[in-house]
Amino acid sequence: MGEPVAAALPADPFPRSLWPRVAAVALVVYIFYACAQLEVSWERVATGLHNAARFFSRLFPPNFSRWDLLVKGLSESLEIAVLASALGIVLALPLGLCAARNLMPPWVTWPAKLVIVMSRSFHPVIVAILFVKAVGFGALAGILALTVASIGFIGKLFTEAIEEISLKQVEAIRATGAPFASVLAFGVLPQVFSRFIGFATYQLDSNLRNSTMVGIVGAGGIGGTLFAAFQRFDYDFVCAILIAIITLIMAGEILATAVRAIFIENATLRDLFRRGAAMRRVRHAEED
Amino acid sequence: MSAPGSFPPPTTVGQGAERVWRRFTRAQRLTRFTVHLVIVAAIVASIRTVEIIPEFLTDAPEQVVDLLTRMWPIDFAHYRVAVHDALAETLHIATLGTLLSLVLALPVGVLAAHNLVPSTPLNLVAKLILVSSRSVNSLVWALLFVGIFGPGALAGTLAIAFRSIGFVGKLFGEALEETQAGPIEALAAAGAPWSSRMTFGYWPQVKPAFWSIALFRWDINVRESAVLGLVGAGGIGMALDSALNLFQWNRVAVILLAIFAVVILAEVVVTQVRRRII
Amino acid sequence: MLTLRHLSKAYVAGTPVLQDVTLEITARGITAIIGASGTGKSTLIRCINRLVEPTAGEILFEGTDLAKLTGQALRHARRHIGMVFQEYNLVERLTVIENLLSGRLGYVSAWRAWRRKFPPEDIRRAFELLDVVGLAGFAHQRADALSGGQRQRVGIARAVMQEPTLLLADEPTSSLDPKTSVEIMELLAQIARSRGIPVLINMHDVELAKRFADRIIGMKDGRVVFDGRPAELDDAMLTTIYGGRGWLQ
Repeated sequence: MGEPVAAALPADPFPRSLWPRVAAVALVVYIFYACAQLEVSWERVATGLHNAARFFSRLFPPNFSRWDLLVKGLSESLEIAVLASALGIVLALPLGLCAARNLMPPWVTWPAKLVIVMSRSFHPVIVAILFVKAVGFGALAGILALTVASIGFIGKLFTEAIEEISLKQVEAIRATGAPFASVLAFGVLPQVFSRFIGFATYQLDSNLRNSTMVGIVGAGGIGGTLFAAFQRFDYDFVCAILIAIITLIMAGEILATAVRAIFIENATLRDLFRRGAAMRRVRHAEED
Repeated sequence: MSAPGSFPPPTTVGQGAERVWRRFTRAQRLTRFTVHLVIVAAIVASIRTVEIIPEFLTDAPEQVVDLLTRMWPIDFAHYRVAVHDALAETLHIATLGTLLSLVLALPVGVLAAHNLVPSTPLNLVAKLILVSSRSVNSLVWALLFVGIFGPGALAGTLAIAFRSIGFVGKLFGEALEETQAGPIEALAAAGAPWSSRMTFGYWPQVKPAFWSIALFRWDINVRESAVLGLVGAGGIGMALDSALNLFQWNRVAVILLAIFAVVILAEVVVTQVRRRII
Repeated sequence: MLTLRHLSKAYVAGTPVLQDVTLEITARGITAIIGASGTGKSTLIRCINRLVEPTAGEILFEGTDLAKLTGQALRHARRHIGMVFQEYNLVERLTVIENLLSGRLGYVSAWRAWRRKFPPEDIRRAFELLDVVGLAGFAHQRADALSGGQRQRVGIARAVMQEPTLLLADEPTSSLDPKTSVEIMELLAQIARSRGIPVLINMHDVELAKRFADRIIGMKDGRVVFDGRPAELDDAMLTTIYGGRGWLQ
């Protein structure tokens, strides 16, 4: 009966790697540096908060008296979103197909990919500014700008979806002697259809959001009304416009979910009403 | 094409020698027809009511050529003068804004996840906050914050932050809802308190998704920050705004090129970091 | 009715996978091609309907040289050649009936196919074929909900929907368990008999080949080294084809 032999101390089971700590410190240092660069100081924040109280009191209650102006602006935004999405989808489909490396030769994919990349490179507002110069103020500039944005987004995702399909299924359809269009319809499309509906409806929502904003640079829609109200300090009208915009976009998201349920899961109108708010959502491929 | 677990499949009508194939049930066909009808109606109505002046359209090629001629030669000298600092400011706005949104979105995302916070009213409130944040463009948020805090980068940073809360919160909430209950149950069975279940159960599962979302949003925010200056919220947009107002198209050209370069740079950075961390 | 003359294929110049293969398939019934992996069995089958481009040689099918056809002529020729794949190659997201009808895509215009307006006889024949392959009632199931054996039956039915005059099968049983493999081979044999068409099957299971084939072709290093009845396939020949002794019983 002796004393228990002291066991050797085990090595630390939770060795901390150095990198996350270094990164965390670097982050904190950066935050202070950047705040200094941006001249963000507590005084400014404090003044701002004081202003905020005053600002919010001027926002409420929202003033809907100029509702005709509001409705006009909103419907123009809606039109811009609808047409830009329709045009964008129609153009992005063949473009995305042409850019797919597993279906097309390089001399077709390279130009197509270039067009898609260029369309995505600039913020829709910047594109809107350029189109305002080209086609003048108004909804047309907005439609064209958002069409370009749609082509960039849908085109990229569509190409990625096609490049991920199983070519075996395509091979089998080709072996039956089907023409190219039928090979696409039966071999390629079924594999990408649900993803396509997902990002097409997503882009519709995104266009709806952007269409409320391109008016700020003169490309039509409620954005112009909003900007003007701001500059005139009509903050209660601003509040009314914001509420209207948020409602419109929420309605758009609900509609998009319904369309997805109808085309991907073959829901009927009855099913949609029965499911109501508890509708299963199909995951988006990308978000904005 | 019906997804698994979806609604009633189509039927075979008739028996024996006369078998007809119907791809969709009556109700499904009606629904699909309605949707097609609504889409066509929306497009037609929009085309008819939208105001397009034909002369502007025919004028367009001439205007484009005019634009391009005015942009040449590109005023590269302007870069050192006004653009470089503004670009740096834009990057700071994007980064600080994204960081702030991560801090703010985390609690809201947790509140919105039903498997973490089983109270439906709280979930709904959190989801409402997230939807509102997403519905308002960063440009409109910028307008708001310029009204409150005055023009400058502070308004821009807050605008980016508040817009991103919706994005980060939604995706983060979805990642939380998709976690596996197994490890959490094990921890609960071992007697771990809520905070420990969070740190050791949920966090390791959502960590890769979290960083992926953060990187993704930062990339988008770099693009967004570049235009906030158009309404006075700091960054390169302000230089762009002044150049546009004075019709100095050569300067506009160099600014656009600079923005393009920074956006490409940000994408490269994101791809590299993704490869290393995720 | 199918004659291959001096068929050659080299994926990489200098290393031919098929060397100067000359064969005639005239009789009905099952012809099995056996050989070790990589000896060109699959390439041979795929060259026939030009899924793989031959480097040289002639493929005479019903009087025309398939090796020289392009575009619509090639598609028309492919209509008469049905193919069954190792991994079934069904369109997973489509239903069984849609997969069957895709066998008629060579005969239906693209526009009608897109709208799923197939002729009523095609639809009737599809349902009959489902009965023949033992999948009655499965018409509206999605293809990815089926088991491997069931999927291969759909694949065979799809090929038969083409009303082919030649049926090719590229390792149709390699992804299936032994019992299902026998069922599939029986189905292929039944089709060969009832339709009176030659069936060319590429297989790695020698026992299965000996049991079901009327003629066996053995390949080694891209050349035909054996061509005869199953009874003539002795151990010595098998060693030549596959190399090594250890695997023989």
